[in-house]
Amino acid sequence: MTEPRSDNILTVDHLSMRFGGIVAVNDLSFTARRGDITALIGPNGAGKTTVFNCITGFYKPTTGMMRLVHEDNREFLLERLFDYRISKIAKVARTFQNIRLFAGMTALENLMVAQHNSLMRASGYTFLGLIGAPGFRSAERDAIDRARYWLDRIGLISRADDAAGNLPYGDQRRLEIARAMCSDPALLCLDEPAAGLNARESDELSQLLLAIRKDHGTSVLLIEHDMSVVMEISDRIFVLDHGVKIAAGTPNDIRSDPKVIAAYLGADEETAVEVMEGGT
Amino acid sequence: MARPTDTARESKAAAAPGSVAFILKKSFISAFVALVLFSLMIGVRTEAGPAGQLIYWTRFGDLAALVAAVFFGSIAIELIRGWLGPSRRVSLVPETLNSRLSGLQRFLAPALLVFALLVPVIFYEQRYMLDLGILVLTYVMLGWGLNIVVGLAGLLDLGYVAFYAVGAYAYALLAQNGLPFLEFSTASPFVSIQFLDLGNWAFWVLLPISGILAAFWGMLLGFPVLRLKGDYLAIVTLAFGEIIRLVLLNWQNVTGGPNGITGVPRPSLFGIPLTNTDDGLAARLGIEFSATHRVVLLFYLILALALLTNWVTIRLRRLPIGRAWEALREDEVACRSLGINTTTTKLTAFATGAMFGGFAGAFFATRQGFISPESFTFQESALVLAIVVLGGMGSQLGVALAAVAMIGGFELFRGLEQFRMLVFGGAMVLLMIWRPRGLIGHRAPSVYLEKPTEISSAMVKEGHG
Repeated sequence: MTEPRSDNILTVDHLSMRFGGIVAVNDLSFTARRGDITALIGPNGAGKTTVFNCITGFYKPTTGMMRLVHEDNREFLLERLFDYRISKIAKVARTFQNIRLFAGMTALENLMVAQHNSLMRASGYTFLGLIGAPGFRSAERDAIDRARYWLDRIGLISRADDAAGNLPYGDQRRLEIARAMCSDPALLCLDEPAAGLNARESDELSQLLLAIRKDHGTSVLLIEHDMSVVMEISDRIFVLDHGVKIAAGTPNDIRSDPKVIAAYLGADEETAVEVMEGGT
Repeated sequence: MARPTDTARESKAAAAPGSVAFILKKSFISAFVALVLFSLMIGVRTEAGPAGQLIYWTRFGDLAALVAAVFFGSIAIELIRGWLGPSRRVSLVPETLNSRLSGLQRFLAPALLVFALLVPVIFYEQRYMLDLGILVLTYVMLGWGLNIVVGLAGLLDLGYVAFYAVGAYAYALLAQNGLPFLEFSTASPFVSIQFLDLGNWAFWVLLPISGILAAFWGMLLGFPVLRLKGDYLAIVTLAFGEIIRLVLLNWQNVTGGPNGITGVPRPSLFGIPLTNTDDGLAARLGIEFSATHRVVLLFYLILALALLTNWVTIRLRRLPIGRAWEALREDEVACRSLGINTTTTKLTAFATGAMFGGFAGAFFATRQGFISPESFTFQESALVLAIVVLGGMGSQLGVALAAVAMIGGFELFRGLEQFRMLVFGGAMVLLMIWRPRGLIGHRAPSVYLEKPTEISSAMVKEGHG
């Protein structure tokens, strides 16, 4: 190996996912570096969300290997972990394209649910908690403090006791990210976090993601259509089209890659090059 | 403020609902539906003739009268609706009354508890009221137990009575035959099963065992149905309830089949029997023996059991497992993405609910002194589920109120004889129009930073598997 293994938090090797005759992802390989914000972009139906669902255990990939390496060099093969264990053990958290908050629970409760596994241990798998053991009480206070920190961070501290379903759309998006962060992830997977946000909100989102990386060192894997967000915050970008990786590189490389433009414009490569050359 | 102009525009746009043409159209549709429905139900009357042949006659006069009643009734309703104004279309009860009711709620629970504690004092002479109280409290407990599964975890369970039956039969069989244990010896056959006779302590020893056995069966049911959701889950749990009942009915040499089990031991006051003997409670206290003593004991016993269920549920809601149950009801996919083991979370919900069902079953057996599969039909499951839904899924106070209303209501309308179920059904329909999410539909948060704000039922999901 040319580089130390722990530099890449996630290595996806030859990942393929077929649904019957449809090939959603075809022999995709990419890496996400530790502490980086890695973006996965591509036109609609390119297979981005399928890749996410494979990484986070909602789909079992047809073939391929996904290796996650923690900072202490512990290695996890994600395709072998059963769905909830990917979050519990391998510490991969995700958000959803269509927000999936617990709408009938308060913002604070949402963040408490995210700390389920640590609280469950502290409550002695319910038995100690039922009799009100002091160890559990302090663990619960810590959990509330952590939730309070994240609510403060996303500017929702004043709405902590409101039902999550009552919050405005942009707040719900941020709350979902905070919820994912409360589960203390090593890798945070965000599925179109800027979808439906206005310019100011998506700018705030960019700042939040940059701050998360800076303060917590969490690596981020991002699917996004909003190019202003992608270009501003990503360190590396992978472009998918029809389940195949067509380009990879820094935002500057991607911006001028004719293949990418062709994929987005739906034209063949020569036309795209002509368009680009004509335009510049 | 755009609000007044909005309403003005709305009322102009909604002029159609008030117009004569609209009312007539609606009434004609209602009358037509009534005609179709009643033409067979009322219009034609069939009966088996003396020789077994089918004889029928028509009653078009009655049919016409009914259809006319529907037509004019529909007009009247539309007129009243127009008179009340469009704002009352959703809420039949004004907001002020609703908010006053929710203000009452704070005092309602303690008041009910004090009343429940005083029932044996107030109604000491009235055996009927005491028995009714015990019956109501049994259903309160069953409702609270099922509330864990349906209300909190959002898993629709139509076979809850199965656990009630397991608890009842576990207590009855173990109390009659003694508690089995293994005896080891040095001589052949080395291991033998002996039965320990529990005597007066039977109820107190077997109560937890019945609960644990029911919880075990809850887990057993849970495993195969975990992959199912919504309607499919409901059907399988329904089938499970029936299987248990049919096994009890047909396993003659163990359960006694349709004859059931008679002579189930009565409860004791922590080892002191409530009998008219020298070591009985009355003799020890030096008071005159009365059969009412046992009824009072049973009353306090089920009250204590129900309050235990309530206390445990309230505590569990504030523990991570309770929050995971509610999260599961809200969104299972999100739960999985947060590392929550949905399998064990569902199983614990099933097991906890089943355990309280088992406790209630053991109590039922000791109260009746006789059990048979007849007591554990689907109707019981449906009744308990109706209590949970009527009370407002997840609400402890609502379930208690609904149990009082349902079981008490059954008794209240006893004088109406064959119209009892009709009045009762009508009352339930009205209640569901007034409060579609149950008596107490909103949800109280399990944890808060500043102050607990109740979450309206519009946000809270019912769960779907």
